[in-house]
Amino acid sequence: MASTPITVSQATVRRGQTWRAMSRNSGVLIGGTIVLITILVAILAPVLAPMDPYVTNPARQLLPPGSPGHILGTDELGRDMASRLIYGARLSLGIGLLAALLASSTGLVLGTASGFFGGWTDTVVMRAMDIMLAFPYILLAIVIVAVIGPGLVNTLLAVAVLGIPFYVRVVRAAVLSIKEQEYVMAARIIGCTDRRIMGRTIVPNVMSPVITAFSLDVGWLILEAASLSFLGLGAQPPTAEWGAMLASSRQYFVLAPHVALLPGLCIFVLVLGCNLFGDGLRDALDPRLRVQ
Amino acid sequence: MGRYLLGRLVQMVFVLVAITAIVFLMLHLAPGDPLSTIMGTKYARVSDEALEEMRHNLGLDKPLPVQYVSWLGNVLRGDLGRSPILRQEIGPIIADRLKATAILAAAALAMAAPLGILAGVAAGVRRNSAGDRLISTVATLGICVPAFFLGQILILLFALRLNLLPAAGMHSVGESGLVDLLRHLILPAICLGAPAAAVIARMTRSSMVDVMAQGYVTTARAKGLRESLVTWRHAFRNALVSVITVVGLEIGFLLGGAVLVEVVFSWPGIGYLMWDAVLRRDFPMVQGAVFVVATSYVVINFVVDMLYATIDPRIRLGR
Repeated sequence: MASTPITVSQATVRRGQTWRAMSRNSGVLIGGTIVLITILVAILAPVLAPMDPYVTNPARQLLPPGSPGHILGTDELGRDMASRLIYGARLSLGIGLLAALLASSTGLVLGTASGFFGGWTDTVVMRAMDIMLAFPYILLAIVIVAVIGPGLVNTLLAVAVLGIPFYVRVVRAAVLSIKEQEYVMAARIIGCTDRRIMGRTIVPNVMSPVITAFSLDVGWLILEAASLSFLGLGAQPPTAEWGAMLASSRQYFVLAPHVALLPGLCIFVLVLGCNLFGDGLRDALDPRLRVQ
Repeated sequence: MGRYLLGRLVQMVFVLVAITAIVFLMLHLAPGDPLSTIMGTKYARVSDEALEEMRHNLGLDKPLPVQYVSWLGNVLRGDLGRSPILRQEIGPIIADRLKATAILAAAALAMAAPLGILAGVAAGVRRNSAGDRLISTVATLGICVPAFFLGQILILLFALRLNLLPAAGMHSVGESGLVDLLRHLILPAICLGAPAAAVIARMTRSSMVDVMAQGYVTTARAKGLRESLVTWRHAFRNALVSVITVVGLEIGFLLGGAVLVEVVFSWPGIGYLMWDAVLRRDFPMVQGAVFVVATSYVVINFVVDMLYATIDPRIRLGR
């Protein structure tokens, strides 16, 4: 059945329908609000933080929330919790977003090549993804960090590697569908090279599922990075990163539960926000992914 | 069924060989001399001649493919080497720790699967009701909550404030009975099983919603069957394939997620062992633990696939 090209006015109507669907979706609204607030907090950290997150004050250790001068209390070294949590938003959100960007870019390249060329390229790429997926989810990250050593940058790389198979599968599935479309065949007939077809025709049409996958995935990658930091394999003290704050506060949990609960709550709320936004975006966008 | 089994076996063997290669290469991909990775701090104190002799004794001067075959042969005989930190054979330590993780994972699954399935069925048969919305909301929260955060809340509430259950370990000092084990098992099993229950509930709900819209469900109702029979005998049995798939996948999650829970609760499982070995740079121990966990995961997924194919003939017939 021949695909009917859509007119400019039909594309405009569809975009309007998409925005309306997104604005009515509670997941997009609630999750989007949480993510937006976190992004703003991260950007405005120097303005919002009441004091330097790294300045210690042993005389004011483990103060409870509501203490004078420290609205969320202090940690085991007397550092202001509110300031550390605000600055921690930068690292926790930043690592998740960067890891998702790295994973999605790599997945886009591998998935496009795998789906477009097929044959041995497809076999090699998909078997490599099978091998990566053969490791239980956090185990692969632990293996990578065990080899290259702990630290923030290494955590970013390990978490990005974890995310690649997901994007490869999403992109490959989309490419397999798109490459059978008539506009792709038309591009071949007029003599376009494979590179041009992939770059100008396939990839732009794959971006919608990639963006949906990105929004679903970024929450998980934030959680993976925080988990590695909690295990002492990610951000190292005295870095103000939520997972690392949780790790360093474990031994003081009995005396001052807030030093562990507050960073944990921040991670939970951010991951929840990302997941709600991603789920809502997928629900709002899915009907628009069908090629008419 | 024979052809499907053979195909999956070949795929499993391929993946297992790749895992062994990755685990073997871990030692050689780490920065620096592999000998320094094995010996740790002692490396700097040993003379060059002694290092060369050690390198020869361990076979590290041989070509990589020869080292790999030798290492693989030892592993297949159950010899995972010796820990330079603990100065003990790795195999028995891992076997002991694997038992502890298996107990924890089994308890978590025993809690998560029935709870998740019941919640998913209840939500799926009454789509968009208040109950459905509540279950879906709780499931979403359950999926997003970090295991280490949930674990600390459980410890704070049940161990520290209410003093009902122990906060850490597998047994109390001087105790080894079943009751003591169960008391120690409750909190980590809840922490590990809660996200799994949430995922199972969501997938079960999704499958039930699809199945309840099918024509044969309408026919069953039209015949006058009780709603419970319609739900469990007709709808749930057809949703079972997807449910088994997600339960099987969650077994893998339990193996991986056990690392975090074991660290929070100081549960002496293989995840805790691996974490400790990474921090101590005990590479042979890390290699052994990663190999055992990854292999267990692949084999479990294979068994789940076979179960899936047994239940749904369309899978093994490739339709």
